[in-house]
Amino acid sequence: MIQAILVFNNHGKPRLVRFYQRFPEEIQQQIVRETFHLVLKRDDNICNFLEGGSLIGGSDYKLIYRHYATLYFVFCVDSSESELGILDLIQVFVETLDKCFENVCELDLIFHMDKVHYILQEVVMGGMVLETNMNEIVAQIEAQNRLEKSESGGQ
Amino acid sequence: MPAVSKGDGMRGLAVFISDIRNCKSKEAEIKRINKELANIRSKFKGDRALDGYSKKKYVCKLLFIFLLGHDIDFGHMEAVNLLSSNRYTEKQIGYLFISVLVNSNSELIRLINNAIKNDLASRNPTFMGLALHCIANVGSREMAEAFAGEIPRILVAGDTMDSVKQSAALCLLRLYRTSPDLVPMGDWTSRVVHLLNDQHLGVVTAATSLITTLAQKNPEEFKTSVSLAVSRLSRIVTSASTDLQDYTYYFVPAPWLSVKLLRLLQCYPPPEDPAVRGRLTECLEAILNKAQEPPKSKKVQHSNAKNAVLFEAISLVIHHDSEPNLLVRACNQLGQFLQHRETNLRYLALESMCTLASSEFSHEAVKTHIETVINALKTERDVSVRQRAVDLLYAMCDRSNAQQIVAEMLSYLETADYSIREEIVLKVAILAEKYAVDYTWYVDTILNLIRIAGDYVSEEVWYRVIQIVINRDDVQGYAAKTVFEALQASACHENLVKVGGYILGEFGNLIAGDPRSSPLTQFHLLHSKFHLCSVPTRALLLSTYIKFVNLFPEVKGTIQDVLRSDSQLKNADVELQQRAVEYLRLSTVASTDILATVLEEMPPFPERESSILAKLKKKKGPSTVTDLEEAKRERSADVNGGPEPAPASTSAVSTPSPSADLLGLGAAPPAPAGPPPSSGGLLVDVFSDSPSAAAPLAPGSEDNFARFVCKNNGVLFENQLLQIGLKSEFRQNLGRMFIFYGNKTSTQFLNFTPTLICSDDLQANLSLQTKPVDPAVDGGAQVQQAVNIECVSDFTEAPVLNIQFRYGGTFQNVSVKLPITLNKFFQPTEMASQDFFQRWKQLSNPQQEVQSIFKAKHPMDTEVTKAKIIGFGSALLEEVDPNPANFVGAGIIHTRTAQIGCLLRLEPNLQAQMYRLTLRTSRETVSQRLCELLSEQF
Repeated sequence: MIQAILVFNNHGKPRLVRFYQRFPEEIQQQIVRETFHLVLKRDDNICNFLEGGSLIGGSDYKLIYRHYATLYFVFCVDSSESELGILDLIQVFVETLDKCFENVCELDLIFHMDKVHYILQEVVMGGMVLETNMNEIVAQIEAQNRLEKSESGGQ
Repeated sequence: MPAVSKGDGMRGLAVFISDIRNCKSKEAEIKRINKELANIRSKFKGDRALDGYSKKKYVCKLLFIFLLGHDIDFGHMEAVNLLSSNRYTEKQIGYLFISVLVNSNSELIRLINNAIKNDLASRNPTFMGLALHCIANVGSREMAEAFAGEIPRILVAGDTMDSVKQSAALCLLRLYRTSPDLVPMGDWTSRVVHLLNDQHLGVVTAATSLITTLAQKNPEEFKTSVSLAVSRLSRIVTSASTDLQDYTYYFVPAPWLSVKLLRLLQCYPPPEDPAVRGRLTECLEAILNKAQEPPKSKKVQHSNAKNAVLFEAISLVIHHDSEPNLLVRACNQLGQFLQHRETNLRYLALESMCTLASSEFSHEAVKTHIETVINALKTERDVSVRQRAVDLLYAMCDRSNAQQIVAEMLSYLETADYSIREEIVLKVAILAEKYAVDYTWYVDTILNLIRIAGDYVSEEVWYRVIQIVINRDDVQGYAAKTVFEALQASACHENLVKVGGYILGEFGNLIAGDPRSSPLTQFHLLHSKFHLCSVPTRALLLSTYIKFVNLFPEVKGTIQDVLRSDSQLKNADVELQQRAVEYLRLSTVASTDILATVLEEMPPFPERESSILAKLKKKKGPSTVTDLEEAKRERSADVNGGPEPAPASTSAVSTPSPSADLLGLGAAPPAPAGPPPSSGGLLVDVFSDSPSAAAPLAPGSEDNFARFVCKNNGVLFENQLLQIGLKSEFRQNLGRMFIFYGNKTSTQFLNFTPTLICSDDLQANLSLQTKPVDPAVDGGAQVQQAVNIECVSDFTEAPVLNIQFRYGGTFQNVSVKLPITLNKFFQPTEMASQDFFQRWKQLSNPQQEVQSIFKAKHPMDTEVTKAKIIGFGSALLEEVDPNPANFVGAGIIHTRTAQIGCLLRLEPNLQAQMYRLTLRTSRETVSQRLCELLSEQF
């Protein structure tokens, strides 16, 4: 199961925080900071997996992350997930964002936070992988956009 | 009003976000946020009803503020109101707010549940999807209570859309994870299993996740999923990658589904049906084959997807642990990955090999990679990978490579990352103990550990080395010498001072003969560290000093001077002060004997689970280590079962058997070798093969013996280790006694040998027959021994029961008198007063009468006295003696050769607290013996 999905930039500013396990708000903030420090000190081109920080549950959990330009995408998962599978899932998520936003960048995540959440919801639901087929995900998002358009058109 | 669409979005929101981003300081940002919060609050409270667009805008702002790390304590009600909107976009943002900012207010939850209920019933797949998402994301117990019954129906209903099915499956899985008791198993389970055949691969993937979790708890219920999963997997693996269209990811067909199916199969043993099993083996072989094919794409995504499936297949092979051929291929594949240029693959290969190392088929194969793994430990740039390498070395360690692995870990420890040092210390300590053949190596290793990483050596580690040194006398001298040398270093770690202080205090005498480590030198060496140490260590050293006073009378004066100094006697720390005062006093007033008793060498520690292992388990989570340890133990039993060359270092004294589990984990603790620690015990040990070496009677043995004269059942002997109970019955000249030996410890007694010892005289008159008992008595267990007894002729002495056994490191020897006494063969005889006095007169020969006058040792209670006489075996004759205060009894002693009539008369004198006991029997020796036995009872 995926415990949390954290996206933050190179300075540790959170851009997307989604917890699937209940943590009090201030612990959530601390987990983001702790995770950022764990990931930041790692060189690029080394392994994409590491043991979770103490706040999220330590060695029972793994942090699986990818670093894209200015953003870190970190998935915190338990042992029931395949590491390489999650690594590819991050890629699917990012590629989907890229398709939906046309060359996604950090600013898209900031100004369209709701959209990012909706896209994520098509990939991961309640901490479980819902859909991995990018075409299917994009189709769902496009359907949402059409609904949105029709509703705003009716206003 | 601006159009809401992707691209421009909500202007107010964009402005707000830009404002925040332009803030120059944290303070300015907080100010801007507070302004916005006040604005939203007033808008929500305002009289004017907000339109959906505004609500949506404000909720988005709140989400953004929350993301920045500010608490949001309002807006929930507005979000709930959005749920009942008929507009998709409003509903959507309402659900998002609730999923991110979960609130446990019960009134709110009631409203949310109500909205969800409506959406689930709406038959609008989009709304149903939103509702299911919300349940899965929140996953609270209240939601489980409300919807756990409904969701299975949606999941298996024939007319449910694929996307809703997908969501329903995962939603149910989430509820099952949080509240398994609320998810009812039922008819739907078999229909869920059939979703594995669904057309839509997304549905199959979600269903596989659900079934995997459910099957872990209810394997029987979902057993049929195995064959379905195998056929599904087989169709994927054998398909051309284009068959699965959208679910092909970088030329790999449905990698996620394959991984999930392989995980599901890991919930079960290998399929029993040979056809299914064959098909699965084909699949696994196909996956392993594909790994050798050239990649279809240079993209990392291609290799990731392919290898995700491969690693999962290897996990399944390891889980089944039944196909040696596949196991060897898996091991070779992982071996290739160990040297792969991709760090991720090296990491995963090390991790998978850890589990492979516990399989008996592949343990040896894993061991062949030892050099690569050691190299990884030395050269990997990534601490995550090095940590996996440490884990794998730990997993692949056995007696053949322990010295090499421990040495490598020790040298790695010098440069290891701080975050993993403690764990490595624990692992080294465990391996050193577990695979020590030569305990000098163990002592060296632990002292090295303290030298290299003293700060990371936890209490458990140095406690353990002391326990082991105390329990193993073959290493005590070496340990004393080694710590003495280690303490010579000008700067040594405090943990070394602790170990050194303790060991020299116990065993410093073993090296005192060498003038270089004379008692005074030892003392000065320890005391030179004293002032640099913390209070607990100083307290320990003070105890060492008083032990020195006992071990080396010649340094008594020096030590007393130290204890007497102001820095000790007036120390601000109350514990140190108290120790100094008490030890000084003890050394002054106590005689050498008392001192020697008080400061006697520590008794061996009971064997128990290593505290270090317990600590490692705690650190790493119980499951991982336990499994590994269990597996290792099974394997090591297996390895040791085969012929193995004797280690070169085997010394003349017998070493523990290789299979002995030194951690005390196995059923059998080690049989400690060598002589017992005290020299007194040594003598006993030398003679222990001959019965004459029986220990002197245990203290209190006489008292216990006397208690059994008038009763047949009870506890004969008890000390801290052993309890001996008796149960016996006698008829005429025959008897049967059951002796129960109870092991009061948690450790097995070994070489447990009870022996009945009768003098030659006794042997002629009393015949005892018994069978030997099992020489191993498990901790907490009781064994019984039956003794058949025949009284051949009257007898005086009692047999001695001698018990010898090994407990922990020491030889135990206990002797007790076994209460088989002549009176046990009494048959009571009732007779009238007249008959009694007639017979009494007949036995008037002076040799036939024995009389004893003695002081009462117990309160003179008539009823107790009567009970004792009956317990003694004779009949108690009422209204026979003219004086009602007197007691008279009669009976016949049965022996094989004769029957001896006995009459007795007991006359109490309450005033004088005295008794007069008179015995008259036809045989002088019988009168004599019965009188002795009975007179002890009052």
